[in-house]
Amino acid sequence: MSKAAEIDIVSVSKIYGATTAVHEISLKIPAGTYCCLLGPSGCGKTSTLRMIAGHETISIGDIRLGNAVVTDLAPAKRGTAMMFQSYALFPHLDLVDNVAFSLKMKGVDKDERRAKALDMLRLMQLEAYANRRPAQLSGGQQQRVALARALITDPEALLLDEPLSALDPFLKIRMRAELKKLQTSLGITFVHVTHSQEEAMALADIIVIMNDGRIEQAAHPRTVFERPATAFVAKFMGDHNVVSGRVTQSSDDGLMISVPAGGDFLATPTGTSALSETADIAIRTDRVRVGAPTEKGLGFTGLVSNVEYRGASVKLTVNGAGVEDFTVILSDKEFFANPVKVGDAIPLSWERADALVLGRLKH
Amino acid sequence: MATITSSETNGVERAGKSFRLPLAVISYLQAVPLTLILGFFLLLPILMIAVVSFWDYDFAQMYPDFLTMNYEETLGSWVTWKTYLNTLKYAFLVWAITLFIGFWVAYFLAFHIRTTSMQMVLFLICTVPFLTSNIIRMISWIPVLGRNGLINSALTGSGVISQPIEWLLYSDFAVVLAMVHLYTLFMVTPIFNTLMRIDKSLVEAARDAGATSWQVLTNVIMPLAKPGMAIGTIFVVTLVMADFSTVQVMSGGQSASVALMMKNQMSLLQYPAAAANAVVLLVLVLMMVAGILRIVDIRKEL
Repeated sequence: MSKAAEIDIVSVSKIYGATTAVHEISLKIPAGTYCCLLGPSGCGKTSTLRMIAGHETISIGDIRLGNAVVTDLAPAKRGTAMMFQSYALFPHLDLVDNVAFSLKMKGVDKDERRAKALDMLRLMQLEAYANRRPAQLSGGQQQRVALARALITDPEALLLDEPLSALDPFLKIRMRAELKKLQTSLGITFVHVTHSQEEAMALADIIVIMNDGRIEQAAHPRTVFERPATAFVAKFMGDHNVVSGRVTQSSDDGLMISVPAGGDFLATPTGTSALSETADIAIRTDRVRVGAPTEKGLGFTGLVSNVEYRGASVKLTVNGAGVEDFTVILSDKEFFANPVKVGDAIPLSWERADALVLGRLKH
Repeated sequence: MATITSSETNGVERAGKSFRLPLAVISYLQAVPLTLILGFFLLLPILMIAVVSFWDYDFAQMYPDFLTMNYEETLGSWVTWKTYLNTLKYAFLVWAITLFIGFWVAYFLAFHIRTTSMQMVLFLICTVPFLTSNIIRMISWIPVLGRNGLINSALTGSGVISQPIEWLLYSDFAVVLAMVHLYTLFMVTPIFNTLMRIDKSLVEAARDAGATSWQVLTNVIMPLAKPGMAIGTIFVVTLVMADFSTVQVMSGGQSASVALMMKNQMSLLQYPAAAANAVVLLVLVLMMVAGILRIVDIRKEL
């Protein structure tokens, strides 16, 4: 249907008066990928998206789309189309005119643009509602209209600003699948802003995790999950326990840290992490077992402070060895073979491979 | 437990019998105050005007009767028709000018002023003239526009013209100018209100679709401002149609409006004739408002 474009963001900053919303980020989004910008609110993900779209000026840096530098181009001249958070459908126009809006702006004559818009509505299975106003549609239908309106411009990249946040949880999962299917069939680049880890994991080819105007990690979801780059990523994705402490012993095959007023923890260095006085290590929550450690630094003994039953798994919260709120996810089988209660002291252990040394961003 | 429950329910029932009125009566009672106010101050006077319009009269007295003479005289006279046309001309001119000015003032306030506090400050500045009375604001035009007023003396003094411009004061121009001055805010306020409700992301969506500033204005903002324009139009049209003081003062008695005609009839004690005129005017204005409401749906704004 259309050719996809690579998006190249080169040391882009966004400065509002005295505050820096986006701090010199660089990112390359390959053509035809589904990229999710993920982060807590205020992390700069929406500003980044709006700068790609051209609705926000770029304070410093450049953005390239395909072969063109689009830094100073108007939104419509960039070959991008944006889908707004609240969909921003024109309330005074029916669906056909909403979808045909950009064609009308280009001066395409009425019959031709209405025919094209109807084709697009048919693709979105909305032709039955063609003469309705947006207010007469459900949230999911409105979203499809917004998609149709964005796609009629035949964009090289589609930019989506929290497209699923207005939908109820059930519809969210259905529309998520539709978005992924659409991206696969169109083959164009999608950039999707979200604050939901689950959404990003389910959709993305590349997850870009942002915090405080900086990119913490940009990688395939599996890499983000298995090898979080920083303590922020590990905590934000929620699948790792992060333990911070002073480095006491360091060698090629192991790094030992000591938690203030607590135990020692051993971890595998991930190669690039530079040596410093303190370090953060991440331990996968679902790889922790109840039982004595085989080696020093690969476990501790703590008091269970909370037990949460989740069906297939059970989540334990354990305090001890200077570590607060250490999360353990046990399968229901493992848990019920040897159940524990709140207040019990239990030994925990894990494999050497499940503890990683985390990197730190240079600020 | 059982005994406690039953005694409680008994208590409630007793209380209900002694205190509570039926729900329907309560609803009617709640509607009474507004009904009384509207009844006494709106419906009753209109009814009285309608009744009196059918009465007979002479130079000193009114006689209860049922005559259509007042309507025949009103509608049969070419003076009435000319006066109505003149009033409609004022209404149209003032409407067109206030709509133009009102829209751009509101547009500037809503889309070009960034902070809400600054918008409010500027909006309040717009309302400052309204802290003085209509009459004073109107009369203050006289020293500006008069034969020896500010404009004429400035122009003659600087040698641009040799004779003072006569049509500045006591003319249709003066009437329309004063009315525009008096009524523009009634156009600004509702339009500003509508524009403030337009989601800014609609403008961005239009830009994303390649719209130029002018296209955003004509394809998004103006259509969405229609309800505000309609409400402003209703205000301005009804005010101009009922105006007599501005016409009298600013035209120097050379032009007439329907309301001025009624005022003159009343000063001649021809109340039934004035009443018939009032009924005709009321019907005309209501038809105009109905016409506006047919074109634009203002329900969202209320």
